[in-house]
Amino acid sequence: MNSRMVPLVVFGLLVVLLLVGLKISDRKTLLPSPLIGKPVPAFDLPVLGNPEQRMSRESFLGKYYLVNFWASWCVTCRVEHPVITDLAESKLLPVIGFNFRDQPEDAKAWLQHFGDPYDINLTDLDGRTSIDFGVYAAPESFLVDPAGMIVFKQIGALTPEIIETEIRPRVMGAPSGNGNTESGN
Amino acid sequence: MKLFGLLSIFLAVSAFAQEPLVFESQQQQDRFNQLTQELRCVVCQNQNLADSDAPLAHDLRDEVYAMLQTGKSNEEIKQFLVQRYGDFVLYRPPVQTNTYLLWLAPLLILLGGAWVLRSNIKKRTALLGDDNNTA
Repeated sequence: MNSRMVPLVVFGLLVVLLLVGLKISDRKTLLPSPLIGKPVPAFDLPVLGNPEQRMSRESFLGKYYLVNFWASWCVTCRVEHPVITDLAESKLLPVIGFNFRDQPEDAKAWLQHFGDPYDINLTDLDGRTSIDFGVYAAPESFLVDPAGMIVFKQIGALTPEIIETEIRPRVMGAPSGNGNTESGN
Repeated sequence: MKLFGLLSIFLAVSAFAQEPLVFESQQQQDRFNQLTQELRCVVCQNQNLADSDAPLAHDLRDEVYAMLQTGKSNEEIKQFLVQRYGDFVLYRPPVQTNTYLLWLAPLLILLGGAWVLRSNIKKRTALLGDDNNTA
């Protein structure tokens, strides 16, 4: 190889590297969850509006359900709210709200204002359960299968498309994809 | 002197970003500082746990602190976070199949440089040799 070509080749490689970086940069902020394919983390939380009643992961074994982390301070949750409402009304699967780092009064006011689509809401006051779920943004949703395994995770708002391509096929028994949204787009 | 004053203000401010935690020993405090500096805050992804003021970073610092108190090792504490947030929380990536290239890249670049250097030296000595011959 002509030695005068070396800088050109190095430059070309750099350009390729930067282009690849640009292409994946919008996916890099979404972290693949290490929890996919693992059992849902243990939790034992009071029911919003009825703190004497507590529910754990064992309460939900045996059916598909969606865990949706939300909070009254979360703006994107408002954007997601109509989608969650449609999903819950379609009766595809139970939608369990995990209200985290939030005051129960604020949460109740939020639900009263926007409507309460959730089959049940649990209160994760100090966010300890959200840490076990590896939640770092809101909203985040986890699809749990009847065996109690997390099969899909969505960081950020769910959309009707994601429900149709990622959630419905799994619940109806035709699994596709590998559980991470970012690999699907 | 002015610089010193400014510096102490900055230091004081950054000290306030951390809640006052009481440690059993200097050694434990050092471990806490080291861990929170090596662990990434997943909310503000270019800050570590020690520097971040995000509520999640605050809670994770508390978790690290609590685990130190219960006698967990550094490795166990890192595992706790990796299990939840993935390898991304580690500022120091582990050596494993998907990071071999990352860890070996400096060595490869060094070898590449050595190769370029060697061929340059060869060429120059050849040229000098020619000069000597013609002179």
